[in-house]
Amino acid sequence: MAIMTYRQALNDTLGEELARDSNVVLMGEEIGKFQGSYRITEGLQSEFGKHRVVDTPIAEEGFVGLAVGAAMLGMRPIVEIMTINFILVAIDQIVNHASKIHYMFGGQVRVPLVIRTPSGGVGQLAATHSQSFENWFAYCPGLKVVAPATPYDVKGLMRSAVRDDDPVIFIESLALYDTKGEVPRDEDYTLPIGVAEVKRAGTDVTVVSYSRMTVVALQVAQNLAQEGISVEVVDLRSLRPLDRTTIIESVKKTNRAVVLEEDWYSYGIGAEIAATIQEGAFDYLDAPVLRVAGVEVPLPYAAKLSQASKPGAPDLIRAIKRVLEGGKQWPK
Amino acid sequence: MAKRTNQPTTGAEPAGRDLSSENPQELQQYYAQMLLLRRFEERTSEMYTKAKIGGYCHLNLGEEATIVGLMAALTPADYIFTNYREHGYIIARGVAPGPVMAELFGKETGVSRGRGGSMHLFDATAHFMGGYAIVGGQLPLATGAAYALKYQGKPGVVVCQMGDATTNIGAWHESLNLAALWDLPVIFLVVNNGYGMGTTVDEGAAEPDLYKRGCAFRMHGERVDGTDVLAMRDATRRLRERAEQEKKPAILEAVSFRFRGHSVIDSDRYRDPEAVKQGRNANDPLPHFAHQLVLAGVVDDAWLKATASRIDQEVQEAIDFAEHSPNPKIEDLFDYMYATPVPNTPGRAEAAIIAQNAQGGR
Ligand SMILES: Cc1ncc(C[n+]2csc(CCOP(=O)(O)OP(=O)(O)O)c2C)c(N)n1
Ligand SMILES: [Mg+2]
Repeated sequence: MAIMTYRQALNDTLGEELARDSNVVLMGEEIGKFQGSYRITEGLQSEFGKHRVVDTPIAEEGFVGLAVGAAMLGMRPIVEIMTINFILVAIDQIVNHASKIHYMFGGQVRVPLVIRTPSGGVGQLAATHSQSFENWFAYCPGLKVVAPATPYDVKGLMRSAVRDDDPVIFIESLALYDTKGEVPRDEDYTLPIGVAEVKRAGTDVTVVSYSRMTVVALQVAQNLAQEGISVEVVDLRSLRPLDRTTIIESVKKTNRAVVLEEDWYSYGIGAEIAATIQEGAFDYLDAPVLRVAGVEVPLPYAAKLSQASKPGAPDLIRAIKRVLEGGKQWPK
Repeated sequence: MAKRTNQPTTGAEPAGRDLSSENPQELQQYYAQMLLLRRFEERTSEMYTKAKIGGYCHLNLGEEATIVGLMAALTPADYIFTNYREHGYIIARGVAPGPVMAELFGKETGVSRGRGGSMHLFDATAHFMGGYAIVGGQLPLATGAAYALKYQGKPGVVVCQMGDATTNIGAWHESLNLAALWDLPVIFLVVNNGYGMGTTVDEGAAEPDLYKRGCAFRMHGERVDGTDVLAMRDATRRLRERAEQEKKPAILEAVSFRFRGHSVIDSDRYRDPEAVKQGRNANDPLPHFAHQLVLAGVVDDAWLKATASRIDQEVQEAIDFAEHSPNPKIEDLFDYMYATPVPNTPGRAEAAIIAQNAQGGR
């Protein structure tokens, strides 16, 4: 095992995949000369050249669609969207095109494409720069959506995503880029898309989460252990396909569940998880499933307002204690 | 109504033109193909009213010369992306009318295995890369295909067909910019049939000379008479050559006249019926070309008659093929969902349950 940051795991894997397959190209705004807005692609253009690490104009619809078309002819583009907030102008190419081309044309053509982008908020980036839109894509059949929480998972899932013949939306997290963790050195190491992981075993309550919120959940679980509360943490890793079995099995064991998500409360990933749990483990539940999510406002700039609007460890702890009391109180 | 006022920048010769440098067999073929598209669309419209075809259905009536001229200039290495008005394109590219009609009928033998329908035809071997029903959706894709050809050092060019009104959408501007910026071998073919549904070109475009709209990207553009098959072929040939050799994209605006409503179910109430009738007569590529061929001695009345009945037969066979083809099975509902299998996604077992429920009369 090597110890490295989430950023380094991304950078290393992208470099390896560029070296492994000449049909792999990176595309995006400011990823070459500028080295990437968040330095994920640092050094790659000088190593692989401008034709492999391609700086694009600011035209998300244009270059995402261009990557889809190139993938249809056998290339394997990896597109960076600077942050997920900017993906909305490309959503037609993702939802109406990339996700449907294989199915709608009767399996005649594949779209081996990765779109990687950081989601969620950090600092005081305010309303337009702090959003979580992964559920918009997880909603869409034909896409695969992954959201790793650790450098370990980043490496395994990115390798799988690049080698997969379907469009994969690879959700990263700005707030995780500097976090460190173990990464296997094994060159054959990959992780399957569509499989969740129990990242911490426990008996009293299941916390279901993904990406940065999994990291928060693990910290909370560790802290609550000192109070004698045993928290099981299910890290979804993939949002589509969703590994319902792992979630349901966990809740059958703990009989209680809380979802921790960074997106907005209504219609978010948590709603899907809660529905899954009541469909699959209704008779096992000792308390309603609670959701800890973002407050439903365009995220305000002012530090205090911003902080109060984002879900965090204290909210999760409150929710866990409430389900342990069997409380049916509306959380927000 | 006289000939459309948009005068072509190239092509457009009057009847009695000199065809001596042309290969007579090719000329006959062009005519036969145009007639095939005409009859295919007329019968398609009929099948729609008989409820054999569902959904939206857009016809190429009046655009036959544009399509046949285009395809005559392309090579097998080239790729074609179109909008949803594409029955004629896939047939003129060489795909048999039977599987095309079967797709319109929603059959398993259809070119997209019944999953796409009229607006989403596809044939990988013919490099026919799809009909796309979101206006402008095919533009970035086609630009990307041209990118791949260039990156992989492969021969050929990409043709990206669209309607006049598509030049008003954002994808047009982004795609043209990228294609020009990166010198990609793509021809943006704008089929100017005068309308985007009911909106005329001048009502939608601040620069209604559509072939000039590339100037913001320093992209070459030409306008051609889209009812003149030879002009269309020659213009495509030139731009194709330029795109392949010099990696220079271009706009080709082909002007024609839309014979009917926007789609089969559009009653065309926003146009004066008398003007439409006149417009059709003045801009019908078929009699015009037949007349030229007769004058040049390339065909005679007997040939025209025999060809018409051969084509009627061919289209009838396509309909019979579609009619007698099997429907896709509900058990196959999730086939083609993913190219790389993935756990925790529905498959044959789930489809079997859906099939069973459907039998209970859903
Ligand atoms: C993005 C989008 N907006 C609206 C529509 C509905 N629509 C379908 S065809 C059409 C008109 C397009 O006209 P044009 O590009 O000239 O093509 P034509 O149908 O004349 O061949 C419209 C508005 C659509 N399919 N996609
Ligand atoms: Mg039009």
